[in-house]
Amino acid sequence: MFELLGIPPQALFGQLLLGLINGAFYAMLSLGLAIIFGLLNIINFAHGAQYMLGALVSWMLLNYFGVPYWWALLLAPVVVGITGVVLERLLISRLYHLDHLYGLLLTFGLALIIQGLARNYYGISGLPYTIPSQLSGGQNLGFMFLPNYRAWVVVASLIVCMTTWFVIEKTRLGAYLRAATENPTLVGAFGINVPRMITLTYGFGVGLAAFAGVLAAPIYSVNPNMGADLIVVVFAVVVIGGMGSILGSIITGFGLGIVEGLTRVFYPEASAVVIFVIMAIVLLVKPAGLFGRTA
Amino acid sequence: MKKTGFLLTALATSLFASTAFADVAVKLGVLNDRSGVYSDLAGEGSVVAAQMAVDDFKAAEKGITVEIISADHQNKPDVASNIARQWYDQDGVDAILDVPTSSAALAVNDITREKNKVFLNSGAGTSDLTGKACSPNTVHWTYDTWQLAHGTASAVVANGGKSWFFVTADYAFGQAMERDATEVIKANGGEVVGAVRHPFPGTDFSSFLLQAQSSGAQVVAFANAGGDTINSVKQASEFGLVQAGQSLAGLLVFANDIHSLGLQTAQGLVLTESFYWDLNDQTREWSARFEEKMNKKPSMVQAGVYASVLHYLKAVEALDGKGAGEVMAKMKETPTDDPLFGKGTIRVDGRHIHPSYLLRVKKPEDSKGEWDLYDIVDTIPAEESFRPLDQGGCSLVK
Repeated sequence: MFELLGIPPQALFGQLLLGLINGAFYAMLSLGLAIIFGLLNIINFAHGAQYMLGALVSWMLLNYFGVPYWWALLLAPVVVGITGVVLERLLISRLYHLDHLYGLLLTFGLALIIQGLARNYYGISGLPYTIPSQLSGGQNLGFMFLPNYRAWVVVASLIVCMTTWFVIEKTRLGAYLRAATENPTLVGAFGINVPRMITLTYGFGVGLAAFAGVLAAPIYSVNPNMGADLIVVVFAVVVIGGMGSILGSIITGFGLGIVEGLTRVFYPEASAVVIFVIMAIVLLVKPAGLFGRTA
Repeated sequence: MKKTGFLLTALATSLFASTAFADVAVKLGVLNDRSGVYSDLAGEGSVVAAQMAVDDFKAAEKGITVEIISADHQNKPDVASNIARQWYDQDGVDAILDVPTSSAALAVNDITREKNKVFLNSGAGTSDLTGKACSPNTVHWTYDTWQLAHGTASAVVANGGKSWFFVTADYAFGQAMERDATEVIKANGGEVVGAVRHPFPGTDFSSFLLQAQSSGAQVVAFANAGGDTINSVKQASEFGLVQAGQSLAGLLVFANDIHSLGLQTAQGLVLTESFYWDLNDQTREWSARFEEKMNKKPSMVQAGVYASVLHYLKAVEALDGKGAGEVMAKMKETPTDDPLFGKGTIRVDGRHIHPSYLLRVKKPEDSKGEWDLYDIVDTIPAEESFRPLDQGGCSLVK
């Protein structure tokens, strides 16, 4: 049997698949960030906290109201999305005329407050959330044991990412959105309510983060810091893909998940750093990111 | 930095009491993780535990004024060093308590020795604190990697788990844990077939678990802690390691972790702890009082903070002074006796000696309450729980 750099091919396939699964989370989160940045010009640092809220809300729905996973998958993003809309109306909308930095600072502060509150009430150890019975167990693929739930994560994430891409790039609504990004005044002159569209877009981006959070709840510990650990990596993904590029964020999300997965096999100690090394290289060679347009 | 003052009660009592002894004022600093992965097992709960020790000791009535301050070291050795220096140099702190995260604890260990103060460690695991890094100014109270490795690994090997794979957190604690456990496994006729070091803290352990799975080892051991262990065990259950015939061993698992995992996921896991709230009437009584304040049962780390502060205050009372050298000597020559760890001693290398407990996580149907987590499989007597004095390489041992 041949081996690649001392790793049997079975193990390699397994790791590629796992990388894809992690990439699914990166893709969903970076997609939300890209949409928000593209339309609002806000670097949404609260994204990780909103991802955490998605998981937390689904835990609350289950434990306080007996709402099962499948409904939570729908309800939690809506609930968290609504909190996003409120935040946008009350706070973020006041910063549009200022530099990016102010939006970044505001959302970073919000993230710390949300995480702090969650930590205060629920502690740091995390809350148990079990895999829905329909998706427990797994398949033996020969080269690895693939839990059904992980397969579902990849499928769900691909559907959501592709639908979002389709809506933004191929539909009339998406055309309005893209036009409003280019020239909000002109689009407003055609009778389209641009501020409302911006608000809803923020709500949608936040909802995407929450959706990823619900997907994550059964496999990662639901704890206040789950988003904070992830968000820095996701920002690197967005930077590599090109700020504001929809397709770029999806492809880089999955791609970097795979790169990280492979690093875990060949040199696990470096797996936390590899994405940032790539980011540094991309910034040096192509500062606008792999899929970004130079302004 | 948050101040928890006892000054008011302390002052009030000392003003009115016609005290015969001179007042001693001590300042204790609880330095631990207040926001990260270890903030549930240490965090504010350790401050509360220290406060309970001061109250239970009735320090004020005995002429000892105690002020407790606390800070977050964020599990970073550099942050811990800076705070420790500031506390000793500027804030007049006499003793630093708790300090989970071995790398941070080793840093505070050095600074405490340099400044000639007292370090009562409860939260950190590395057995180097009483081994090659031992210091005359440090007491390592609650647990260490040698103790846990021996408790858990020798029991698992004895039950037929001969081949091991380690999933290890890549820092001082994880490495010490892996090293100490490897020693035990080999000494008992087992073998280590592989190990993987993951960045600390981690989130996704599936890659490492897959490597563990393909290694074919009988036992997959987690040499990590807190949130890392929770995620590892949760994902091991998802990837069907146990169904496929491998067994899991948690080398450092706290009651809070099991509570968070849920018995459904964690059942059957074998582990070692120094303290469990449901050991006897005294631990139950104290834990109930702790729960009133914190809304959860104490971890062994928090119990260790309580017991070590109690013993420290006894030494201060006996000496009517707080000089580090005298206090340390007094603490070592006086046998320890507290409601949580029972009777014990502090050895010359700083190791506190007490029994440890081999525990197994209950099945959900056997559990009678939210915190009814363990069956006690075995009690390891105090004299067998810790590394023999002459094997640690501590320079204080002649």
